[in-house]
Amino acid sequence: MTSVSIGETPPRQGAGRRLSTFLYRHPRVRLWALLGLPFLWLGLVYIGSLLVLLLSAFWTTDSFTSELIHEFTLDNFRRIIETPVYRDVAVRTISMAAAVTVACAVLAFPLAYYMARITSARTRNLLVVAVLMPLWASYLVKAYAWQVILSGQGVINWFLEPLGLTFDGRSNVGLWLVFTYLWLPYMVLPIYAGLERIPSSLLEASADLGGRSLRTFLRVTLPLVFPAVVAGSIFTFSLTLGDYIAPTLIASDQFIGTVIYREYGTALPIAAAYAMVPIAVIVGYLLVARKLKAFESL
Amino acid sequence: MVEPRLTRVLLRLGSAFTLGFLYLPLLVIGLYAFNGQVVQRWPIEEWSTRWFRVAFENDGVRTALKNSVVVGLAATAIALVLGTLASMAIARYRFFGREVVTFAVILPIALPGIITGLALQATIKDVLGPWGVTFGLGTIVVGHATFAVVVVYNNVLARLRRTAGSLDEASADLGADSWQTFRYVMFPQLRTALLAGGLLAFALSFDEIIVTIFTSGAQQTLPIWMYSTLFRPTELPIVNVVALFVILVSIVPVYIAQRLAGSGGITPTRTKQAATDV
Repeated sequence: MTSVSIGETPPRQGAGRRLSTFLYRHPRVRLWALLGLPFLWLGLVYIGSLLVLLLSAFWTTDSFTSELIHEFTLDNFRRIIETPVYRDVAVRTISMAAAVTVACAVLAFPLAYYMARITSARTRNLLVVAVLMPLWASYLVKAYAWQVILSGQGVINWFLEPLGLTFDGRSNVGLWLVFTYLWLPYMVLPIYAGLERIPSSLLEASADLGGRSLRTFLRVTLPLVFPAVVAGSIFTFSLTLGDYIAPTLIASDQFIGTVIYREYGTALPIAAAYAMVPIAVIVGYLLVARKLKAFESL
Repeated sequence: MVEPRLTRVLLRLGSAFTLGFLYLPLLVIGLYAFNGQVVQRWPIEEWSTRWFRVAFENDGVRTALKNSVVVGLAATAIALVLGTLASMAIARYRFFGREVVTFAVILPIALPGIITGLALQATIKDVLGPWGVTFGLGTIVVGHATFAVVVVYNNVLARLRRTAGSLDEASADLGADSWQTFRYVMFPQLRTALLAGGLLAFALSFDEIIVTIFTSGAQQTLPIWMYSTLFRPTELPIVNVVALFVILVSIVPVYIAQRLAGSGGITPTRTKQAATDV
């Protein structure tokens, strides 16, 4: 290949060579040599931790000392199902996630379509980077920026003041705006990729057969790109469900994330049991998404 | 072009609106870093760069920045090793449970950060605590490395799929041992993918707050310092400067990584050909 002249030197006969020969003859050992460390880390550290969390949901705490009592009980789940507050918060968070997903899809579509089908290859690459950069810009900075923008003396109210209007930034509408902003790039990229995969010939065929552009869009483009929208919605939905920083900074209502965050210090079992709500919703969502062939668009 | 003129104009307007929506908030917070006053009012009346000096000399910021860099480097190193190993196994082998490995790599970023954070915290406190493990930079690194594996994994896997396994076999036929094959044949092909994955892993770690809060104990990283300072109005000008700094630190690696990942490692056309031949 490059500067190594392997052919001229006779093969070394050391331990390295014997090991190589052994590995070559035993692909299974080779595989485990590769997988061992990642398996230990993700399996033990991560999956193990998730199991510990799952188990804690069945324990309880001493009401005086807040110490964990390792006794199996279903009380935590019963409390979460029977207490109206927990139910309201869950419904509010899931509705928020749905509203955010819709807003992201509406905002993402024109840009994704423009990138995939209208503009030149050069502009397209620039736009991909332009969408990626805000995605990676610090999440906390973005949430904080919106707190500043939405505040009473911020940009939005400065803009609305001449019109005699004010916008209450510390509200669920404000939070909806912020979540939409935060997760928008996660929606643009899969839709863009999905649209790019549709062959132009299909759209031209539809036009040749007399399909007007709206009809082509509704009957050809939309069904083909729908799995990609679902793929994007996995992110917008799941990220909204678990967030607690943005709700703390922007809204005054409680959300699943803020409740878990409030409870975990004193009542880990309750927090753990409540954490099963977003996990269940997301796993359910992923199963539906898989049925809709969304995973191929990730 | 199937789209009529009016549609194209509307799409262009819609795209401009969405892009503006994506960038204006970043621009606004960038401008606030130059706000001379302590009050965060729009429009900015007094422009100044004096908060840059104040932020630079702030002990809390310095310690937090140092912690963030140390944690970021350590987490990136672990993620590079684990991500590369896992992607090599997935790209070159077919085995029972392959899907499970793919799933386990992706899970840490698919589940909300609060779940990962809470799970790690419960484990460190209740399971590892009795063994003498305490919260600190080490536990932050463990958390960050866990979800940073996936970006390295994705980058390296994408590259491995474009390169041919037959090159490794050819290297072995020519007498190279496993290490030589990795060092002289695989590594040159993976170099840019590793760099891109590493940069993204660092950016991911440098920004992370949700998992960090659960695993940090008394240690502060830069995002944690920011989050705790947000609730102190008189120190917000310093937060603005740090915010601008953090945006730049996280955006620049992404730009570089994008360019690296785009341009292939070695002779992309030939390897692609080889890959299709297999």
